Amino acid sequence: MLTEKILFYVFAAILIFAASMVVTVRHSVRAALFLVLAFFTAAGLWLMLHAEFLAIVLVLVYVGAVMVLFLFVVMSVDLDQGRLREGFGRHMPVGLLVAGVVIAEMVSILSIDQLAIVAPESATVAVNNVEAVGQLLYRQYIYPVEIASVILLVGIIAAISMTLRGRRQSRYIAPAEQLAANKRDRLRVVDLREPASTDSSAESKGDDN
Amino acid sequence: MVTLADFLVLSAILFAISALGIFINRKNLIVLLMCVELMLLAVNTNFLAFSYFLGDLHGQIFVFFVLTVAAAESSIGLAIIVLLMRNRGSINVQDIHELNG
Repeated sequence: MLTEKILFYVFAAILIFAASMVVTVRHSVRAALFLVLAFFTAAGLWLMLHAEFLAIVLVLVYVGAVMVLFLFVVMSVDLDQGRLREGFGRHMPVGLLVAGVVIAEMVSILSIDQLAIVAPESATVAVNNVEAVGQLLYRQYIYPVEIASVILLVGIIAAISMTLRGRRQSRYIAPAEQLAANKRDRLRVVDLREPASTDSSAESKGDDN
Repeated sequence: MVTLADFLVLSAILFAISALGIFINRKNLIVLLMCVELMLLAVNTNFLAFSYFLGDLHGQIFVFFVLTVAAAESSIGLAIIVLLMRNRGSINVQDIHELNG
């Protein structure tokens, strides 16, 4: 039990350190990397809470996909760090005040003895966590799972259609351009006769048009 | 023994840090998105702590859905950032005032 407590405090310290580095570090790439550290540490804490499936999902989906996407975007856009940092210290007192009030409120509420719940003795269930979560997801929560998949589909379509820039696949006609065109734009009659006299060639060109 | 209150205090600290991050990084849209992700992490830790200490698995299901929606949200947010960078050449929040709301 003592090792569990030590492990909890070490992980909590790493998590708080990583989170405070995310919000204060100067370069966005480093902030993204510290966010990866925060997600990894949180996955460790979730394992202590016997949520094995969600801990693995956090590492696979968040660190593996979302944070890689973040790093992609951060590295591909050209950030003007100087302008983005202005007003950094100006809002610090208000932010510290709000954060301090939030923490103080939570600590004062949680110091009530009723909330000092320890882990239930029957925490080690016979069915493993993945199986239990799967039973719940695909029996009781099957409609929400379907809705979640539709939300992901909407996310895919929205992200692609917003950033797609390329040749249009379908051909279409602009009616205004079509009506505004006249023969003079499309047809040019080239005089192939010998340029005996410039006057006659100019005259014939005018006739053809 | 690690109690429920320990986990709740930890996630409160995490939430407060990310709220502080939103206050002080008001210009940088990417760091704002990262702070929102940290907030969701704190909330999910809360859910899992209650789920474990009260012996109710439904909290884990809710965390699953929060993760799903957060993944969709961050992908659309990053697409918007790419679009802003392409059209305006800046992701400064102060520069985004076309709607004049």
